[in-house]
Amino acid sequence: MDIPSLTIARVREGLLSRRFSAAELAAEALRYAQAENPKTNAYLHFSPERALAAAKRVDEQIARGEDPGPLAGVPVAVKDVILTKGVRTTCGSKLLANYIPPYDATAVVRIEQAGGVIVGKTNCDEFAMGSSTENSAFGPVRNPVAPDRVPGGSSGGSAAAVAQGTAVVALGSDTGGSIRQPASFCGVVGVTPTYGRVSRYGLTAFASSLDHIGPFSRSVKDSATLLRVIAGRDPRDSTSADAPVPDYTALLDRNVKGLKLGLPREYLRELMSETGDLLSRGVGVLQSLGCQIREISLPSTNYAIACYYIICTAEASSNLARYDGVRYTFRSEMSDTLSDMYRNTRGEGFGAECKRRIMLGTYVLSAGYYDAYYLKAQKVRALIARDFANAFQEVDAIVAPVSPFPAFKLGEKVDDPLAMYLSDIYTITGDLAGIPCMSVPCGNTAGGLPVGMQILTRHFDETTMFRLADAFEEAQRG
Amino acid sequence: MSSSAPPVATLEAIARYEPVIGLEVHVQLATATKIFCGCPTSFGAPPNTNVCPVCLGLPGALPVLSREAVELAIKGALALDCRINPQSRFARKNYFYPDLPKGYQISQYDEPLGEHGYVDIVVDGAARRIGVTRVHMEDDAGKSIHDGFRDSDRYSYVDLNRSGTPLIEIVSDPDMRTSDEAYAYLTELKQVLQFVEVSTCDMEKGHLRCDANVSVRIKGAEKFGTKVEVKNLNSFRFLKLALDYEIARQVAVIESGGKVEQETRLYNPDLGETAGMRSKEHAHDYRYFPEPDLVPLRIGENWLAEVRAGMPELPARKRTRFIGEYGLREYDAEVLTATRAVSEYYETVAKASGDPKTAANWVMGDLMGLLKAEGKEIAESPVSPENLGELVKLIAKGELSGKLAKEVFPKMFSTGERAGVIVEREGLRQISDTGALEKIIADVIAGNPKQVEQYRGGKTTVINFLVGQAMRATRGQANVALVTDLFKQKLG
Repeated sequence: MDIPSLTIARVREGLLSRRFSAAELAAEALRYAQAENPKTNAYLHFSPERALAAAKRVDEQIARGEDPGPLAGVPVAVKDVILTKGVRTTCGSKLLANYIPPYDATAVVRIEQAGGVIVGKTNCDEFAMGSSTENSAFGPVRNPVAPDRVPGGSSGGSAAAVAQGTAVVALGSDTGGSIRQPASFCGVVGVTPTYGRVSRYGLTAFASSLDHIGPFSRSVKDSATLLRVIAGRDPRDSTSADAPVPDYTALLDRNVKGLKLGLPREYLRELMSETGDLLSRGVGVLQSLGCQIREISLPSTNYAIACYYIICTAEASSNLARYDGVRYTFRSEMSDTLSDMYRNTRGEGFGAECKRRIMLGTYVLSAGYYDAYYLKAQKVRALIARDFANAFQEVDAIVAPVSPFPAFKLGEKVDDPLAMYLSDIYTITGDLAGIPCMSVPCGNTAGGLPVGMQILTRHFDETTMFRLADAFEEAQRG
Repeated sequence: MSSSAPPVATLEAIARYEPVIGLEVHVQLATATKIFCGCPTSFGAPPNTNVCPVCLGLPGALPVLSREAVELAIKGALALDCRINPQSRFARKNYFYPDLPKGYQISQYDEPLGEHGYVDIVVDGAARRIGVTRVHMEDDAGKSIHDGFRDSDRYSYVDLNRSGTPLIEIVSDPDMRTSDEAYAYLTELKQVLQFVEVSTCDMEKGHLRCDANVSVRIKGAEKFGTKVEVKNLNSFRFLKLALDYEIARQVAVIESGGKVEQETRLYNPDLGETAGMRSKEHAHDYRYFPEPDLVPLRIGENWLAEVRAGMPELPARKRTRFIGEYGLREYDAEVLTATRAVSEYYETVAKASGDPKTAANWVMGDLMGLLKAEGKEIAESPVSPENLGELVKLIAKGELSGKLAKEVFPKMFSTGERAGVIVEREGLRQISDTGALEKIIADVIAGNPKQVEQYRGGKTTVINFLVGQAMRATRGQANVALVTDLFKQKLG
């Protein structure tokens, strides 16, 4: 069984033709992932019991002649900010190092209902705050393509697991680019669906109005399949949308002729030349498929980073308040008073980046500063969303870079938070606007580093995004 | 330190000042489940059993607003004549406390559910209208338990059963000028909210909690003085005592040349004093911002109309109607609308009997007397309102004398039997049959010639003796008025 070459379709075919059972596949996938993990540190822990139980259910369904579901037997990795009942969920934080949730995230429930086999939980920046996975309390992840480089972040573990071939698909979370940027750095597909498309129930909150769960995979089709499984209204999440979920894979027609694509000029200025060249080449491919390319403007882009770091830190400062040492987190025992207990627990428990964002967020929400920062940022956010709405009057999709540069070296930006923040420059706008966006591989640099192309579409129009990405992927292959 | 009691002003000094009082009242909504999850709100369950990921504030859990809670909140706001905002919004109020599992309370801030209401009160015969600034929804915190455990000297315990219980906070305008007005406002508020069944308002269970904002100013001054928030007012009596103390304290501070500090003070019922909380405990910047996990609450015309249609008649309106429709006196109408249960009981008796005034006397007199003697609520009355209505109807139709009715009622109360059943069994039906009575009257006249003589001689009061004889002959069942008339006819 060649685990790294598996796709959802190949797993299904193997199961239905009885070449292997789901239980055999799960055991082999776990063995392979555990053996490969020291190379990348992509997984924080594995969930063999849960995986084998899920696989057994699939085998029983097949034996009874039932449809085992669209993800039957597929090894899935899940970012460790997404809760798994009975399986440790740390959020990459010392505070939750021993936290075992009593319930499952809705996305996890849906994956298992669809026959998916969750093999383990992937490493990430602490509470999903970071762009390199170096902010994990449990050590950084190495990029499987170039082990001295970061896999991107914050969902670096999920991207690395899929790139390494230890999982067929993975779940990540994206607040400012945490799916698309690591997908780009590791050369895989990563999708941030429309805000509200996938329930956030059971996703540890970083910035609630920006947090998304989304898929990683080695092909566009597999991400489309996974998204369809996890998408749809969830009564447990008031912000989840009651919009119909199309059968994305059935709509991948490989015919994108006549699609109007916009290239935002504001996104092309800071590009490193090699990344820019690869993007230009990718745009050329799209043109050759019959797409019409035009330059567009998203004039509020310049304010996006400031806007994003005000809103996300404000929400984070509130969302992280519950990790206080009172109930389920790590508690510093050397405290005489309640306020000392809070201070010591949080002082010892949180890493530097979380502390930085808690302080920023507390500051921007403080009395007297709220209007100048938070309220203004919300207005800018509305302008950014309006930019996109205006653009989508003219074009069907927007094509853009994912990151100004390919994977950087471990340690290169750790001490320069601002440089790290700037690596989100092309991804945060999609989150701020709540529109679907994804990264699809667009070739490698001369040094062999992958570069992704970003595709953004209208709210709830993941279909056009997938169609374009799938056609592009096919053309690249050919 | 605040252990030494500050001086309290003289009555003369206090008389020169005008207090300004506003109340913030938290009321627990009478829902079966919590505001953002499906956990029960029942009181008295073992600690930390009525809980789930949402009300425990576990990672990844999200709030989902309860429709029932919104409807009760709307009812409460409507009962105070508030305008219901077509869109309101939840906001996070951030602070750290061990019984606040999320690290923030989900409340409403700049876009509350309802605004611009009022409560009418009467104090010493003077009617006053107290404005209600706003009514907003929020979730309650859990409970910290600092005493009663073996290791309570080192640890506090947290019970999160109450966490997520739905509350409304009702903020009054600074319209009250005396502690009596504050007392009357809270009394009226409680009555109205109980009436519309928005809350049990049980203060002992913490279903009604009150904080006061108090300031004083020289009479005639336009500007408000510096306000002090007084907390821990856990009974109506404490509210009044704390306000009186705080007013006197503030006047004393000003009279002695000092300045009232803007602060939060706790009322200590044992000492009868308020004391400032250490500044650390209340120096909060709550960092409110819109709750991103909830969508704005939109209350459309249809929904509002639906809730409005389910509202009972409010006590003030009911009082007016009872006076107009049933001819009740103001005081009686007040008593009979004190609670929804009493008003509904009375109205059933009034309708069943066809004699609302007599019905009022029976409900307020004999019924309430016996209920009180047995420590029962009207809902537990062994006499159903239909049965009491039947009793009153028998009196009204002349089938039972008022005197015998007083004997029948306690029997109804102890057995739960219908009035008619007891009257029939015990043969108490009033004799109003002229034919039957004429025979008896003839016998009395024949047997008492001397008195008949006196009557005819002009001493008409003797008729009472004759009527008494007739009543005795009928064991009290004769219709007194009829008997009297018959005597007059025969002797006249």
